[in-house]
Amino acid sequence: MSTAADERNARAPWALTAPALMLFVGVLLIPLAMTVMLSFHDWGQYKGIEPVFILKNWHEIATDPYYAEMFWRTFRIAILTTLLTALLGAPEAYILNRMSGRWKSFFLLIILGPLLISVVARTLGWALLFGGNNGLVNKLLMSAGVIRSPIPFMFTETGMVVALAHVMMPFMVLSVWAALQRLNPQIENAAMSLGAGPVTIIRRIIMPQIVPGVLSGAIIVFSLSASAFATPAIIGGRRLKVAATLAYDEFLNTLNWPLGAAVATLLLVALVLIVVGSNALIERRYAEVFR
Amino acid sequence: MAYLELDRVAKQFGAQTVVDDFSLSVGKGEFISFLGPSGCGKTTTLQMIAGFLDPTRGAIRLEGKDLTAIHPAKRGLGIVFQSYALFPHMTAAENVAFGLEMRNVPRAERAERVRAALAMVGLAGYEDRHPRRMSGGQQQRVALARALVIKPSVLLLDEPLSNLDAKLREEMQIELRQIQRTIGTTTILVTHDQNEAMSLSDRIVVMSQGRIEQIGSPQETYEKPASAFVSQFLGKTNDFAATIDRTATPVRLVAGSWNAPAPAGLSGPVTVSIRPERIGFGDVGLGAKIVTRIFQGNHWLFQCDSECGPAIVIRQNDGTAPPAEGDAVRLVWRPEDMSVRARAGA
Repeated sequence: MSTAADERNARAPWALTAPALMLFVGVLLIPLAMTVMLSFHDWGQYKGIEPVFILKNWHEIATDPYYAEMFWRTFRIAILTTLLTALLGAPEAYILNRMSGRWKSFFLLIILGPLLISVVARTLGWALLFGGNNGLVNKLLMSAGVIRSPIPFMFTETGMVVALAHVMMPFMVLSVWAALQRLNPQIENAAMSLGAGPVTIIRRIIMPQIVPGVLSGAIIVFSLSASAFATPAIIGGRRLKVAATLAYDEFLNTLNWPLGAAVATLLLVALVLIVVGSNALIERRYAEVFR
Repeated sequence: MAYLELDRVAKQFGAQTVVDDFSLSVGKGEFISFLGPSGCGKTTTLQMIAGFLDPTRGAIRLEGKDLTAIHPAKRGLGIVFQSYALFPHMTAAENVAFGLEMRNVPRAERAERVRAALAMVGLAGYEDRHPRRMSGGQQQRVALARALVIKPSVLLLDEPLSNLDAKLREEMQIELRQIQRTIGTTTILVTHDQNEAMSLSDRIVVMSQGRIEQIGSPQETYEKPASAFVSQFLGKTNDFAATIDRTATPVRLVAGSWNAPAPAGLSGPVTVSIRPERIGFGDVGLGAKIVTRIFQGNHWLFQCDSECGPAIVIRQNDGTAPPAEGDAVRLVWRPEDMSVRARAGA
């Protein structure tokens, strides 16, 4: 065996992936590294950005409760949004999966709808529906007798969760649907023939099998909600900031780029840890059953 | 006495009739096969017994009680699906225990019955395996144990062996028959495999295009096929065009240079069917030339070109020298080995 040929073979994968790798390095890794570097720079009202290495920004984030509140709010909204999409999305996917062909594609389009509309237009639409005490949603709920007095939606976390859940729903539905497609089509009949009623079938047979789908959907929804910008910016406004809008404001309003970079970096690190951690947990938990 | 009775059952999907006029009475402990090509309505019939489909017309009775009025979950039938449909998130033991749990069988008794059921299908020690970590044959056994542990009044098997390889399938056939004999559960098997139907069943229901072609023991359906469809579907057969010559006395049945006394009640053009293993080589008979000769170990297979069209002959490898390819031969058979039907459209 010639070692030269082996060497060439070993180099071939690198050579073939080089163009994509360079693009990846150029547009993702370098800017990311620069952002991380930026978070260690100094900034002053009159002196601007000073390329020195200090922990001022990180110290400020760690000690000022303002930032802690911001991050808690971000993750609280993300968690509530994830729960809401799971609670509504999983049954939605199940019903969708049982529909006949034509209705299925029609309702799938409706579910995918939020993704087809511009994020700003969609969120402003929600703002119109929510709008103050006379918003359409409040009027509807009150006339239906669900609530007595109007719920404040605009500039509240409730409003943000509702609007975010709307746009995140497709990710949950599609991911649960994918799990449902892997179900044996006879499995419900099998359970029924053994004496199980409809509720037992869903609880004991269907649910355990779509849990991995719900969890992977939850990871997508959680990370997208935690880093969402447009919806919190419009529904939450300037008062109710989340991590993404905070970073934006530091960059473009205060012009304190280093502090904004620190916020963005922290959000990224936190998200990566949460997503990787929960993914590892899910894979270990379901490795035996689902491959 | 009929245990399970299907009375003129029919199923329509829209304008399409999938099963029509299906009447059958099954005795207690009997092993019945529904045999037919895909799309003949056998699975549809099974699903109507199981309750996953409602018959359009007709009645299904179990011990005289109307079965169609009972919800599928309450029918107490054991079903083994073609794809097994095991619960992938449960272990083998949990799968088998599910039906007992639904019947509120106490925990201790449940454990004992699950253990016994798994042991019966040869899976003792596999209690804690998940289905995905078992082979196809093992999954099949779990499915069988799951269906049998509830002591079903009728066991329904929907092509249970079709996903197994040939050797395993044969083993499972023998085992299935033994288990069924031991516990005596009335069993209905749906299959498109004639060998499977013949080796397992007490009676075979041969179906084609939603209708019953013949009901009979494996031997009856093989040796006395009621229609051309049955004779062709159950094993290989030779169909020769023949005529009944009424000018001769006594009246004779003539196929090429072969002839025999004609059976009563038929005249004009007829079709003569003979199984390939019932044809021999002789000195007088149907003239033929051997086209190909295939050695298959315990027997020889000859493809011949006869006066009445292509013919297949199977001869046991008994050590005598077989005719060679290209040889001119005479095909002979005993009149009682053939079945004669009036030729349609002639």
